[in-house]
Amino acid sequence: MRHIISILMENESGALSRVAGLFSARGYNIESLTVAPTEDPSLSRMTLVTSGTEEVIEQITKQLNKLVDVVKLMDLTEGPHIEREMMLIKVRAVDAGRDELKRLADIFRGHIIDVTDTSYTIELTGTGEKLDGFIQALDKKTILEVVRSGVSGIARGEKSLKVG
Amino acid sequence: MNGVASVELTGADILVRALKDEGVEYVFGYPGGAVLHIYDALYKQEDVQHILVRHEQGAAHAADGYARSTGRPGVVLVTSGPGATNAVTGIATAYMDSIPLVVITGQVPTHAIGSDAFQEVDSVGITRPCVKHNFLVKDVKDLATTIKKAFFIATTGRPGPVVVDVPKDVTAQKTEYSYPKRVSIRSYKPVTEGHPGQIKKAVDLLLSARRPMIYSGGGVILGEASKSLTEFTRLLGAPITNTLMGLGAYPATDPQFVGMLGMHGTYEANMAMHECDVLLAIGARFDDRVVGKVELFSPGSKKIHVDVDPSSISKSVRVDVPIVGAVEPVLKEIIRLIKESGQKPGKAALAEWWKQIAQWRAKNCLRYDRNSKLIKPQYVIEQLYEQTRGDAFVTSDVGQHQMWAAQFYKFDKPRRWINSGGLGTMGFGLPAAMGVQLAHPKATVACVTGEASIMMCIQELSTCKQYGLPVKIVNLNNRYMGMVRQWQEFFYKGRYSHSYMEALPDFVKLAESFGHVGMRIEKPGDVQPAMKEALKMKDRLVFMDFITDQTENVYPMIEAGKGHHEMHLSPERELA
Repeated sequence: MRHIISILMENESGALSRVAGLFSARGYNIESLTVAPTEDPSLSRMTLVTSGTEEVIEQITKQLNKLVDVVKLMDLTEGPHIEREMMLIKVRAVDAGRDELKRLADIFRGHIIDVTDTSYTIELTGTGEKLDGFIQALDKKTILEVVRSGVSGIARGEKSLKVG
Repeated sequence: MNGVASVELTGADILVRALKDEGVEYVFGYPGGAVLHIYDALYKQEDVQHILVRHEQGAAHAADGYARSTGRPGVVLVTSGPGATNAVTGIATAYMDSIPLVVITGQVPTHAIGSDAFQEVDSVGITRPCVKHNFLVKDVKDLATTIKKAFFIATTGRPGPVVVDVPKDVTAQKTEYSYPKRVSIRSYKPVTEGHPGQIKKAVDLLLSARRPMIYSGGGVILGEASKSLTEFTRLLGAPITNTLMGLGAYPATDPQFVGMLGMHGTYEANMAMHECDVLLAIGARFDDRVVGKVELFSPGSKKIHVDVDPSSISKSVRVDVPIVGAVEPVLKEIIRLIKESGQKPGKAALAEWWKQIAQWRAKNCLRYDRNSKLIKPQYVIEQLYEQTRGDAFVTSDVGQHQMWAAQFYKFDKPRRWINSGGLGTMGFGLPAAMGVQLAHPKATVACVTGEASIMMCIQELSTCKQYGLPVKIVNLNNRYMGMVRQWQEFFYKGRYSHSYMEALPDFVKLAESFGHVGMRIEKPGDVQPAMKEALKMKDRLVFMDFITDQTENVYPMIEAGKGHHEMHLSPERELA
């Protein structure tokens, strides 16, 4: 099963490689990984998407907790949560295709953020599924480049992952 | 300036002062360019003694032996680049067996990091997967606190090695020195007490058992819980087995001890594991050499697991009652609850269980040919046991000799059996013995080894000479990498691919050339007198080269991937 694990860790050089190294050394799978500092610059927030049996996920969370740099973590998929991913997608846009692409971007609530005579760059935010859906709706031949941020997530309601 | 004179020290002086303030007796190391300032600081003081090894692997193993035999952290100091990479085997060895080490590695100056400078290696990167934690100190102001943190992390919770990488310019910079009494790390809070509800459940389960079994590991030794384990085991009246790492945690001469378990464990220990109805695993991690095939492991038992490291619990074997906590407080609480309940496991059922165990014991699974014209390795270990009255510190390398030492030397005390269990590092025994001997100058320290293993760190004979370390080397010389040969005999139809030790040195002359005493023993009748003579030489290192039976194999044996009930006893005595 797919799990989204949210991690607060010390914002120190090498912290990211400790997590990445743990996953490769123990043969765990990483689907996506995003990381950035939080409002407290001494902390980094990492969102990691992985999959595995319950036993594997249990080991992953235990092993992550064991890393000295990890302050706190939470498996978002254990409760109600929101996940978002951002995609920047550059597509070939010529002749009649330009209108069609504009309409499609509107349907998916995307924004065209860069325009040339022959291309659009569209910004789109949503769940991974929605982004996949948009890509599928496009003619494969028109896609010039896809950049995805990886998943960020947060728990619904008052529940929060915070130090102190 | 406010007029208060403050003394500023260099990073090198701070480092050495911090070691002193941490109570460090010995630093095992080897100098080099990046640590020259630190070596200069060592030169100017007498509180911290430096032991000059002959190879950085030896430094790490020696510090490890010191740590295992004392319970105090071992300290290593090596230079950048090859100094650090040579130490990696020793660091990984300590990591696998959860041994507290603080390893200080020199590094090229901060401005040169990443430039492929002379003797530069990414020490933090290379050691990351085999340390509990590591640090790169970029500012001299952080140095003292980082050293404190390193000791704190290495010695608390599940212990382990911590590397502190110190660039050369940091050791030259100056700042005020103050060593913190304690540190608090918000991301590192090891648990101690176990969950009371879980402990209660465990006690209920243990008291209701008909065939209880205790399986204890190295964690009991690391957690200084041998006394409590012994008290608890006697209170419960259950059989107990120790893992390779746990030997000595419970007295091996006690009737409730059924021997080591696992691949080369005793028949009675493995059968009791297989047939028990309640299993208490304490400070043990269900290692593959212990468990065998997971699906066949102790199939009928309810399992309780006590461990300080939550990630050890349900890693390979699912347990019914997990207890995360330090072994000592958890055992104390279990004992208190059992006493309070006034109950004991059912007498009749327990008597029946012991009757069954006695039948397994009667197989005498460690029997070997005592009439052989060749020296049997088991006999040598028995002699070592008898002549040291079971009171020696015994280090070992890795292979057949390690298993025979574990089977035939009956350890009654913790921290006496010093071996590389997890990583299985050949070359560990001799340098580890140096650390043990330094920590226990009056004690008999024996290094049980083989002619293949000993060659891997043979250079340390020179260190032994320099510091007058009277280690007794028991070399079980069968001219083969014995365990490799054994597997090739069993599983590769006797194709002994590269396991024969051709061109061996004359170990007697070799020992002598290093300034030690060498002995070659070729007949069974000479074993006893030779060992007596060697052990009498209290202030000399004696290298005893026992020429042993080349064909002897370690039994019992469970093949990898088999269950505990599928043991081989020996070719003549296969199980029905």
